[in-house]
Amino acid sequence: MQHLAADNGLAGYVDRKRRLWLFSLMVPGLALVGPLLYMLVSPNVLWLWLSTIFGYVVIPMLDGVLGEDLSNPPEEAVPALEADPYYRYVTYALVPILWVSFIVNIAFLGLHELPWYGTLAVILATGGSLGFGLNLGHEMGHKKTGLERWLAKITLALGCYGHFFVEHNRGHHRDVATPEDPASARMGESIYRFVFREMPGAFFRAWDLEAQRLERCGKSVWSLDNEVLQPAMISAVLYALLIAWLGIEMLPVMLLIAFWGAFQLTQANYIEHYGLLRRKEPSGRYERCQPHHSWNSNHLFSNWALFHLQRHSDHHAHPTRRYQSLRDFPDLPRLPNGYFGMYLLAYFPPLWQRVMDPRLLEAVGHDPQRINFLPAKREQLMRRYGLSEAPLDGAGAAA
Amino acid sequence: MTRYQCPECGYEYDEAAGDPHQGYPAGTAWDSLPETFTCPDCAVRYKEDFRALEE
Repeated sequence: MQHLAADNGLAGYVDRKRRLWLFSLMVPGLALVGPLLYMLVSPNVLWLWLSTIFGYVVIPMLDGVLGEDLSNPPEEAVPALEADPYYRYVTYALVPILWVSFIVNIAFLGLHELPWYGTLAVILATGGSLGFGLNLGHEMGHKKTGLERWLAKITLALGCYGHFFVEHNRGHHRDVATPEDPASARMGESIYRFVFREMPGAFFRAWDLEAQRLERCGKSVWSLDNEVLQPAMISAVLYALLIAWLGIEMLPVMLLIAFWGAFQLTQANYIEHYGLLRRKEPSGRYERCQPHHSWNSNHLFSNWALFHLQRHSDHHAHPTRRYQSLRDFPDLPRLPNGYFGMYLLAYFPPLWQRVMDPRLLEAVGHDPQRINFLPAKREQLMRRYGLSEAPLDGAGAAA
Repeated sequence: MTRYQCPECGYEYDEAAGDPHQGYPAGTAWDSLPETFTCPDCAVRYKEDFRALEE
C-alpha cells in the first residue's frame, strides 16, 4: 500500500491529509471504546459519555483551535487521487467497525444493569456512531461500483435507514435547495420543526422513486429488487436476532438509537442548505444546483472525521467525486464552525437564527427571491430584515 | 445505435444496451426516454445536458 506521489500521476502533489483520514475511522470508533473501558478498566459510567462529550465539546474546540484548510488538490492530480485504492480501503474498514460497535453496545446494554444516565449515554453514543454510518453510507452510496453500493446498504441497515441510499442520490440531489426538498431547511424553520418534514418526507420520496423505477421495470414494488426493501430486510434480521438474544425489552432502546442516528442526518441536512434557494426558470424547472446553494465548512478536524462532507458545494456540483478530491472554492456560503459545533447551535433556534440569518442574507445578497422561506414566517422575516420583493419576474421563491 | 454521456460524471447510456436497472430495456432509443430523465449516477445533469458520443 505504498504510494509515492512522484510516480503515480499525482504530478508532484502530496496529499498531506492522506493519513489524517484515519480520523474518519477513529472518531466513529469512540462509541466502542466507552463500553470496552467500562468492562475492562473500571465500571464507571463516565466512560460511556466519552464519544458524546468528544463530539459536542472536543470537536468544536478542535475546529476552533486548528482552524480551516483552504488547500485543494490540483485538478491534474485528481484522476490518480481517485484511483488510489487506499482511500477506498479506509471507507471499507469503517463498515466492520460500525457493525461491531453497534452489536457490542446493544449487548452491553442488554447484559448490564445501568443507571438511567448510563443507558442514555450508550443510546447517544451508539446513535451518534450511526450518524457516522450515515455519513459513510452517503460517501459509498454515491459511488458507481456494486461493492460500494452494497456496503452503503449494509452500513445504513444498522440504523434502519437504508432508504437514504435511494432518497439522497435520486431525490435530494435533484431537488436540493428548493421548497420541494424535504431535506433542505427553510429560513425561519427550527430543527425541531424540520425533523417532522425531513424524516417522513425522505422515506416517502425514496419509496416513490423506487415504485416508479420498478414500474418501468415491470416489477412489483414489493419485489426483492426494491432497494428500499433490501437494506430494510437486513435491518429486520439484525434487530430480530438481537431481540432473540437479549430480549424484547431491547426493541425500544434500539429504536431510540436508530432515531438518534437518523437525527444526526437531520442535523446535517438542516445546516447544509439552510434558507438557500435555486431559482425557478421560465420552463418551470429549477436552475441547476450551483456552489452557492450549499453551506460549507473547511474546519480541519470535523472534515477529517466526516470524509470531507463539509465541502458540500463541491459535493453537490460533482456528487460522484470521492472524498479525498473534494475542493474548497472562494466566496461560498460559509459556516462559522464545523458541523458538530453547528449542530449545538441548531438546538437553540433563537441563537441559530441570530448567527445564521445575517450570514444567509449576505450569501444571497439580501434578495428574497433567493431565499427558501418557511412560508408561515416569510412576511415576518421580510419585515424583520427590511427585505423588499424584487420586481416580479415569475421566479419562484418559497411556494 | 448511439451512446450518450453525462458531462458531469461520465455515465453512458448506450441505446443498444439500455439501462435495465432503471427500467429502460436494451434497444430503448434515447428519444423515447422521458424528458424528465436525469443521470442515474449523479442525478445533477438532465437529459438535454447529455452528449452524443461519436462511434
